[in-house]
Amino acid sequence: MATYDGIFNALGLNDWCATENAGGPMTMAELLAQANNGGGDATAEVAAPATPLLETPFPSLDVLHKSCGSVPRTRDMTSAVEEAFLNVKDGMKVVLDPLTQPLSWLLDWSLAGFQATPWFIMIPLLMLLTYYASRSWSVLALVTGSFLFMAFIDHYNYAIQTLSIIFVCTIFCVALGVPIGIAMSKSNTMQRITIPILDMLQTLPTFVYLIPLIFLFSVTESKLYGIAIILYAIVPVIRLTDLGIRLVDKDVIEAADAFGMNSWQKLTGVQIPLALPNIMAGINQTIMMSLAMVVIASLVSAPGLGVLVLRGINNLELGVGLVSGFCIVLLAVLLDRSTKAALGRINTSEK
Amino acid sequence: MSDKPNIKVSIRGLYKIFGAKPKEALTHVKDGLGKPELLDQHGHVLGLQDINVDMQEGEITVIMGLSGSGKSTLIRHLNRLIEPTDGEIVVDGEDVLAYGEKKLHALRQNTMSMVFQKFALFPHRTVLQNAGMARRVRGEDAVSADKEGQKWLKRVGLEGYEDKYPNQLSGGMQQRVGIARALASDSEIMLMDEAFSALDPLIRTDMQDLLLELQRELHKTIVFITHDLDEALKLADHLVILKDGAIVQQGEPQEILLNPNDPYIMDFISDINRARVLRVRSVMDATTTAGVDISGDVEADANLESVIAMSEGDTTKHYRVMKDGEQIGLLHMQDLVRALVPVIAPEHDDRAA
Repeated sequence: MATYDGIFNALGLNDWCATENAGGPMTMAELLAQANNGGGDATAEVAAPATPLLETPFPSLDVLHKSCGSVPRTRDMTSAVEEAFLNVKDGMKVVLDPLTQPLSWLLDWSLAGFQATPWFIMIPLLMLLTYYASRSWSVLALVTGSFLFMAFIDHYNYAIQTLSIIFVCTIFCVALGVPIGIAMSKSNTMQRITIPILDMLQTLPTFVYLIPLIFLFSVTESKLYGIAIILYAIVPVIRLTDLGIRLVDKDVIEAADAFGMNSWQKLTGVQIPLALPNIMAGINQTIMMSLAMVVIASLVSAPGLGVLVLRGINNLELGVGLVSGFCIVLLAVLLDRSTKAALGRINTSEK
Repeated sequence: MSDKPNIKVSIRGLYKIFGAKPKEALTHVKDGLGKPELLDQHGHVLGLQDINVDMQEGEITVIMGLSGSGKSTLIRHLNRLIEPTDGEIVVDGEDVLAYGEKKLHALRQNTMSMVFQKFALFPHRTVLQNAGMARRVRGEDAVSADKEGQKWLKRVGLEGYEDKYPNQLSGGMQQRVGIARALASDSEIMLMDEAFSALDPLIRTDMQDLLLELQRELHKTIVFITHDLDEALKLADHLVILKDGAIVQQGEPQEILLNPNDPYIMDFISDINRARVLRVRSVMDATTTAGVDISGDVEADANLESVIAMSEGDTTKHYRVMKDGEQIGLLHMQDLVRALVPVIAPEHDDRAA
């Protein structure tokens, strides 16, 4: 009947094929074929015309299945993947749930804290923080202006929610990413293992890793989007910590060795301070990427400006989407400028 | 101290082979395989080969060689920045190679300090913090570290620069900080790895004078690496000449100059100004009998150039050689002129062998 019948015949696998001929649900194509011909038996009896050589199909799972029922179809394979994931899910949940619980708490507390603070305290606080970090009047003016503008157009609350999420996620990224980066810089094996994982995290489409997360955690828990953001945004801080420490002048490290520094003294007294500009650049990138992700994370119930963007898309409310998009850009620019100004300050004070 | 020098550092039978299986390569080297053959047949680089040097306490031992001769590798063995393949390094009677990590750190913190060719100061620390670095590493409090750092910065002529960062200083000044950093650790042994090679000639001379002046006062055991023969002759109490990872000749510099035992060294010393480097004591006739026809007194440590000037080129004169007000020998101008004849290397085919 099908193209590859001959091969299974030649291999003497007919018996094996016959044993489990009727397994699995029907594909849509089969269903259609059945409907058109008015019965599956009829099609089976009709001798298939010889396939022209040029139209020989690739021996994929679906094609082979036609010749031999024991070969699984592609949809069987994907459902097997799903089943396998669902099987390990409960085990993973037992381990991961308590482990990630602090993230949920912190996200919720921070969200509550940021929102409970009245605007007339929050905005001056942000101004102070900006000035302390950047020591730059122009950056301060940018931050003040942006927040006053967002407050004026009633986007202040959304912006502060987004800021709160970024704040918590960046802390987690730095707290996890810097030690991982240090470990990578110390061991080539560690680096070889970690780099493919980082590459994967960076290239995997963001929606794709939302899928298993949705199965693992309940959508009502804030750690769901917290984990998604952290996984996506942690990459640059790890990479740049590793790079920064590896780039520290070999001569200086040799001097540290020659004067009998132990590895802890070397790390805290020489390597981290000298890698700091690179680490800060990594943190800047991490903040930018978590801002990008926080918008997508609104799909899985992250509050903030992303919710407005989503509303703009869902309801085709052009104005809402554009204005909230603009607010995200504002937030990105001011976060970028203030961290860059802080980075610049470190660079000049240590050169 | 100067009467009976002790052996402070002793290197015995040191080998270093770079490559994947150095131990295996070592047996080939001990069976007489040379550096090029080892590289061709086994893919290993012979870094150092059977090095034996005794370094006297309170003396400057200069290790000289061209680049690639293994001198920087050798000095890094003393504080084990590089691990040897075979051999012994004995400091104050103890084998350093047997040290565990703790003792090794203690050795580097207390007994040996190092000055680097590229200064290797900490760019994120001030000059003062750099100078007191060794003491901070040891765990001393900031006040005493700063005090000591301040003292040595003043001694090397950098008073007033304490709060600058290294990048704000010139190369010569940065190396002064490097020297202050090594001195402030109060260690008995100072390792100087081409310490002055990155400086321009005038500043280099200044720094050499500074080092000699400090040494007259401090009597450290200094191991100095250089590729510059003039510098080596100026500083060395004991000169070790390295070539391709092996010692060609070692001894008192004047001795090497007068009796080079290798064409390589003869080549090396052929274009230096012998009259300026050689001292009266090296060419005199050591005797306490009063000579006849004496034209005057010369100091034992005077160089020959000054004696030639004094004699106005007259080769028939004789001088009494004095040290600490007593006669220790006679200098015949004819001997002096003979000593100025350069030792010519034999034919080139000999050298290739």
